[in-house]
Amino acid sequence: MPEILERRTIIHSTLHTSAPIQEPEMVEPRRLHTEEMVLNVGPQHPSTHGVLRLEVILDGELVVDVIPHIGYLHRCFEKHAEHMTYPQVIPYVDRMDYIAAMSGEHGYVTAVERMMNIEVPEKVEYIRVLFAELQRIASHSIAIGTYGLDAGAFTPFLYLFRDRETILEMFEKTCGARFLYNYMWIGGLSHDLHPDVLPMCREFVKQSRATHKEINNLLTFNHIFMERTAGIGVLDPQVAINGGASGPMLRACGVKWDVRKNDPYSIYDRFDFDVAVGSSEYATLGDSFNRHWVRMQEWEQSLNIIEQILEQYPINDTTDVQSAIPKRIKPDGEIYSRTETPRGELGFYIVGKGDVKPWRVKPRSPAFSNLSLLPLISRGYLIADLIVILGSIDIVLGEIDR
Amino acid sequence: MGFLDNLDKTGEGSVLVTSVDTLFNWARLSSLWQMSFGLACCAIEMMSTAASHYDMMRFGVIPRPSPRQSDVIIISGTVTLKMATRIKMLYEQMADPKYVISMGNCSNCGGPYWEYGYHVLRGVDRIIPVDVYVPGCPPRPEALLEGLMRLQEKVREQGKAVDLEV
Amino acid sequence: MTHSEIIVLLRSRFGDAIGQWHDMSSDNAYQRQMGSYLDVTEPGVIQKLAFFLRDEKGLEFNNLILLSTLDNSDGSLSVVYHVESTQYQHELTFKVTLPRDNAKVPTVCTVWSHANWHEREAWDMMGIRFEGHPDHRRILLEEDYPGHPLRKDFREPDFYHGMKVPY
Repeated sequence: MPEILERRTIIHSTLHTSAPIQEPEMVEPRRLHTEEMVLNVGPQHPSTHGVLRLEVILDGELVVDVIPHIGYLHRCFEKHAEHMTYPQVIPYVDRMDYIAAMSGEHGYVTAVERMMNIEVPEKVEYIRVLFAELQRIASHSIAIGTYGLDAGAFTPFLYLFRDRETILEMFEKTCGARFLYNYMWIGGLSHDLHPDVLPMCREFVKQSRATHKEINNLLTFNHIFMERTAGIGVLDPQVAINGGASGPMLRACGVKWDVRKNDPYSIYDRFDFDVAVGSSEYATLGDSFNRHWVRMQEWEQSLNIIEQILEQYPINDTTDVQSAIPKRIKPDGEIYSRTETPRGELGFYIVGKGDVKPWRVKPRSPAFSNLSLLPLISRGYLIADLIVILGSIDIVLGEIDR
Repeated sequence: MGFLDNLDKTGEGSVLVTSVDTLFNWARLSSLWQMSFGLACCAIEMMSTAASHYDMMRFGVIPRPSPRQSDVIIISGTVTLKMATRIKMLYEQMADPKYVISMGNCSNCGGPYWEYGYHVLRGVDRIIPVDVYVPGCPPRPEALLEGLMRLQEKVREQGKAVDLEV
Repeated sequence: MTHSEIIVLLRSRFGDAIGQWHDMSSDNAYQRQMGSYLDVTEPGVIQKLAFFLRDEKGLEFNNLILLSTLDNSDGSLSVVYHVESTQYQHELTFKVTLPRDNAKVPTVCTVWSHANWHEREAWDMMGIRFEGHPDHRRILLEEDYPGHPLRKDFREPDFYHGMKVPY
């Protein structure tokens, strides 16, 4: 305001004096100063994927800073683990990353088995890997489907949920539960594979490949979707490693890091598959599009693994899947063991003191670490891009808050 | 449908005689707009219920992301102490008549977290009144649909002095 | 580098601050990231040690996998750091033990930004102060929640904001 007043007085004074009219002195207009606004997104918001609250500081439509507030789903996993016996912890692990419960169980039972040096029968390992990979597809289906919702595409969500139901049906036939299974036990499984599952699985692989192609046409290479996601939320690989990113978030930056390859567990060393990484062919390395693209590729790789399992699966093996379950589970010592879940590196740091209950179970939850990078990658973008960036991280609040 | 049964009584074909209560109840139960609000694991099952396989919309239940325009809130998951005050606020923002479905064991009574969950509210009914409890951890989509139909039954008989045979 | 080489290097640099190496490799078939850990006896040295581990040529522990806490229920708390090098594919676990009533340790989030939220969680759950942390607030629980729940002597409150807590 003062500048304008000043200018006016100059013009006024020049008009009312007898002095020769001069060009009024122009005052350099200062940069328009806008006030920063704080916008609260969540904990109830259609696009926060759960009860996450974001305190967004905006300059107009530009995001100046994002402060995530978490803990709205803190269900005291670590306290419960201290009060339960080792097998009783498994249902709580299910409820931690509820979208990929099988993968979570796989991580936990692998950690306890490594602590106790349990050799698991080959058949059990095959079933575990089969289910973990099916779960990866189911989880990526939700991630891709809801990401489409965030970017304004509704139809892929319906297609993907239709396919996901097939996977859940296979799980349900085998262990009775649709969603949270308590299926993998320490040293074994709760039930043997249902005879219908392998034929269903063969059928599913065919159907899923078709859906994969369809989603690529509908969503991935959709011009609107690419415009919304390409070049948005770019993460540098060095920053990603330093910030503890893992899973698709890290691989989208071009870092070839997959626990299944770098620190093999179970029988993953028997299968031939590629580690999906982001590419600069379609968009900037490390951006939101590449995170989605890595998920699409991983879906295909999981199908490859499932096909190899279907070939190699020992059908005539009649081993009891509960034969290796130990009678006494009282491990001593401590371990950090990690597995690759759909969201990244899920590790368990377990301290046992020779008791039936663990002294301490601390999970390294991948979504927690990935979300902590959100402020870093969303500064300077528009508020609409923030939703796209958040969707590309693929968070599960149950795992973040535990 | 209790309301449409009255059609026979008129004998006129195009004229329908009924009480205002029945008419309003019929209108309410046929378009229960649900507040799309997920809390935890059960929210994924709620999403499955809304998606292609189970299709909640055939009962007139449409997700609506604003509390001001919705009739029923489905508490789908664990209510923590940090979230409880927010849920109460959301409930208070809804316009009357409003209904609450408590989905899953966690919001019924604390579920698996009832004993050591220092940050879990053992039952959402400690802060807001609940109309229908759906048990299960998590409940199957069919169970949630059953809960919605029970709620419709309840709405149909609302304000009438009859026995609820449910 | 093998663990013994790393420990020799650390001892030559930090002297007495590096304590005992608890080797558990014979107990366990799984060789990577198993239960072996290194005691760090002096909490004040943690940040320097972290910088050394990250920047020293040949070590380059560029990834902090996990920062966790322990209540030893003998009047002491521990902070456990799991670090690894993505380039050399070696990893190290080190542990620092702190007195329960005055648990303080220098922050490492200037070294690995991953530690930022993990240290906030450690303060929230276990009540360990991280000196020099840029944003030292609770992360999961509300600011006014009484106590630090993962301590073994924690008792949940009867009422919180007017809501009854126990079953």
